[in-house]
Amino acid sequence: MPSHTFVLNGQQVTVDVEDDVRLLWVLRDLLGVTGPKYGCGLGVCQACTSHINGKAVNICCVPVSDVQPTDEVTTIEGLPATVGQELHPMQQAWLDMDVPQCGYCQPGQIMAAVAKVLQARAAGRQLGDADFDQIRNICRCGTYHRIREAILPAQTKF
Amino acid sequence: MSTASGQQPTEVSRRRFLGYVLAASTLTVAAQLGEGAVAPRAEAAVPGVPEPADLYDLNDMLTDATLATASLITITLNPDGTASFALPRTEVGQGITTSTAMLIAEELDLPLDKVQVSLADARPELVFNQLTGGSNTTISTYTPVRVAAATAKQRLLEAAATELGVPLSAVSALQGVITAPDGRSLSYAELAVKAASLTTLQVSVTLKPASAFSVIGTPQNRIDALDAVTGRKQFAMDVHVAGAMPAMICRPPTINGTVVSVQNQGVVQAMPGITDVAVVSTGVAVRGRTFGQCIDAVRALQVTWGPGSEDAATDATVLAELRAAENPIVTPPLPLLTEAIDARFTFHFASNSALESNCAVADVRSDSAEIWASVKAPITAQEEIAAQLGLPVGAVTVHVTQGGGSFGRKLFHDAALEAAEVSKAMGKPVRLMWHRTDDFRHGRAHPMSISRVRATYSLGQVLTLDQRHTSVATEFGHGLGEIITSTAAKLPVGGLTLSETIFSLTQQTPYDFGVTTQLLTEVDNGFHTGSMRNIYSPNVRCAQELIVDQLAKAMGQDPYHFRRNFLKDQRAVAVLDKVAQVGHWGRTMAPGTAQGIAIHPEYHGFVAVLVEIDCTPATVNRQIPDAVTGPRVTKAVCAVDVGLAVNPKGLEAQMMGGIMDGIAVTLTSSLHLNGGYFQEGSWDNYFYTRQWNTPPELDVIVMPPTTGTPGGAGELAVAGAMAAVACAYGRATGTMPTTFPINHDAPLAFTPLPTVPPIPQSPTDGLSRAY
Ligand code: FES
Ligand code: FES
Repeated sequence: MPSHTFVLNGQQVTVDVEDDVRLLWVLRDLLGVTGPKYGCGLGVCQACTSHINGKAVNICCVPVSDVQPTDEVTTIEGLPATVGQELHPMQQAWLDMDVPQCGYCQPGQIMAAVAKVLQARAAGRQLGDADFDQIRNICRCGTYHRIREAILPAQTKF
Repeated sequence: MSTASGQQPTEVSRRRFLGYVLAASTLTVAAQLGEGAVAPRAEAAVPGVPEPADLYDLNDMLTDATLATASLITITLNPDGTASFALPRTEVGQGITTSTAMLIAEELDLPLDKVQVSLADARPELVFNQLTGGSNTTISTYTPVRVAAATAKQRLLEAAATELGVPLSAVSALQGVITAPDGRSLSYAELAVKAASLTTLQVSVTLKPASAFSVIGTPQNRIDALDAVTGRKQFAMDVHVAGAMPAMICRPPTINGTVVSVQNQGVVQAMPGITDVAVVSTGVAVRGRTFGQCIDAVRALQVTWGPGSEDAATDATVLAELRAAENPIVTPPLPLLTEAIDARFTFHFASNSALESNCAVADVRSDSAEIWASVKAPITAQEEIAAQLGLPVGAVTVHVTQGGGSFGRKLFHDAALEAAEVSKAMGKPVRLMWHRTDDFRHGRAHPMSISRVRATYSLGQVLTLDQRHTSVATEFGHGLGEIITSTAAKLPVGGLTLSETIFSLTQQTPYDFGVTTQLLTEVDNGFHTGSMRNIYSPNVRCAQELIVDQLAKAMGQDPYHFRRNFLKDQRAVAVLDKVAQVGHWGRTMAPGTAQGIAIHPEYHGFVAVLVEIDCTPATVNRQIPDAVTGPRVTKAVCAVDVGLAVNPKGLEAQMMGGIMDGIAVTLTSSLHLNGGYFQEGSWDNYFYTRQWNTPPELDVIVMPPTTGTPGGAGELAVAGAMAAVACAYGRATGTMPTTFPINHDAPLAFTPLPTVPPIPQSPTDGLSRAY
């Protein structure tokens, strides 16, 4: 069985599993990292959104063999460490706005929000309506409005 | 025409309640669930003929059903000064763990963050008292939880007085510390063991009057928010159970199809990671090291399938069945000059799929079974699983996990039953999860229905309102069913079927419209159905409110003032006035845009919603990949009066979610039935509200307490929002919508996924879509 090595939330990990198994299942089923959620396995719902080298990725659509030994995989569990704090400012904003209902979508929402802010910042601007139209994450509890309200003030805080 | 009823804040009476101090090593108190929990009913000061639900509604029934149960709920004061409570209800996002913790913090005078609320395992002795449905949790637990907490506080005060050597009347509690007049104090942590009792004692306590509330009625953040935003919140699939490997089911191409034979079981069993393959009642189960390998195995299975139960069914055939079953409206002879408005509305199948798909963990042994699942009727789940496995009920343990949304789904325990069957068949523990595509196609659906409404009016008065609602049958789940059967004799309606009973207990007309009749007819067939954040109301009330707009127009009145004039209850008038004022009802709107306003009464509560919609081509034709844009609700204002909002912030969140649901079922989301299966198989096929459909402006106003007792909230906003959006759409386009969602008959906005294999493979292009 092939062996795969990568950096997961700051720690190097090695796992023996077939090449084509998607990263979501490697994390959840083999490594016990359950922050990223399953909502479709189709790259649609965005519940599994995590970061690879700082960019948002639907890890249900990444065969583990696509991940290189030096690649940094960050899940919601590892997000605070990327800014060296207890909580990432985006997580704090989520708390301030009391965003979650059931909470199932929220790890993916937060990881997507952080990446969207960084993407806009790299392009030299703040998040606008057009950016919100690109946030495809489903929230079946309908917390969309609070998500907008949380992201806007948080984007200047990291 | 409006009459006041129950709009004065009612002070919680200072009557005494019975609590118990249980024999335990640390202070443990209890109260009877159900005791004194019935809210005083509002006087039915309704002119005209009251409908059954005006007098006694579904929530009264659920509350009364719990009265008979002489079972205790228990609060433990831990030696570290925290309090723990296992709530016999199911948290699926509605915020009941938070509101329950608030009740305890209030009566116990303990900071909210020192109260831990977990979910109780199935407790069969609670009989009817462990069902989460009909937005009933807060209504039925409001008094008992406070009685238990007040018992604990009284006991702590007594222990402190003894320790400090002062009279009981001299000590007082604040924030988990009891202080004597001289300033000496003891914390609850220091008192928890001392206040314990060696024997069980019955004590009598009073509850805080509402005027002394410092927690109840204040906006509080969810107690589980930190866990949710850090990924620590544990849902069923996150629970670690030794040996419980992923499992999935290969399902038939059509609804209720059956396995005839499996051609390649051995080959699939030898696939990488796969440990077991077994035929079960719903398809072919596979178990493997990862869900990814289970998906591969499901896709590789070659199965000969028998026909399903609805293979010839399409939307059109079901609609024809409903039309054929519809009851006529017989209006008595009316005075001359009476005019009528008559319309029929179609509401298509909709999915109540949550983001967490159906799932459960099961570890079935020869003589026992253990289940982990988010189920709202855990006692029924336990009984049914025991029956299916041939085990005594006591040998089955059902652990209730946190739920990733419910919307009606979790009243059923389809995945728990299936997981138990699979675990038994394989002789191994399993972590069974439905694929998203299965969850849409084989999961429960909110039934298709039609609603005919006829209203007559003359000389400024509405004389009659008749509604004939005809629906594919809704399954309620046995938990709810048993309650209804057992309480049927108490109901003000006789000789009705289960669904007719629920219909008459939930459906109200908030207006004084003369002789009003509302009847339900059901067509029963093989669909797997369930409620969807309310059973009938969104459809029934949306149809009514559209007719109300038509009546106003025909009688030359403004929709807001017309409603105001005919509303029966002052609480309804108050919420309507509120949204009209905050939402600037009547402001000038650009062509192609309009406001809509609607009201909805249910569960001892009232909601009013005002929306603005933009139906201009520039908005309707916005292009977003794999999405339905269409008309956009640009603003929503909602005012809600639940009598007493225990946690106004939680209530606000519930209203927002309900508004998103109302927008979805009016404008974008439905299931299309064709060839015996639903075409939708992913969230980019089933168009639930997304960011691009969300109103940029959203305002929820929680009204100050009116009745002083909490009403239900979980589902209230859906009907109000649906009706308001539909009315706004009608006013913006000049055409009253009669089919919901409005885009249902348009060409499909997606290409349906294949049915064989039943689930799609996960893409491999994740990295190339990174952002
Ligand atoms: S689970 Fe990865 S996008 Fe839905
Ligand atoms: S909070 Fe429940 S799905 Fe988003």
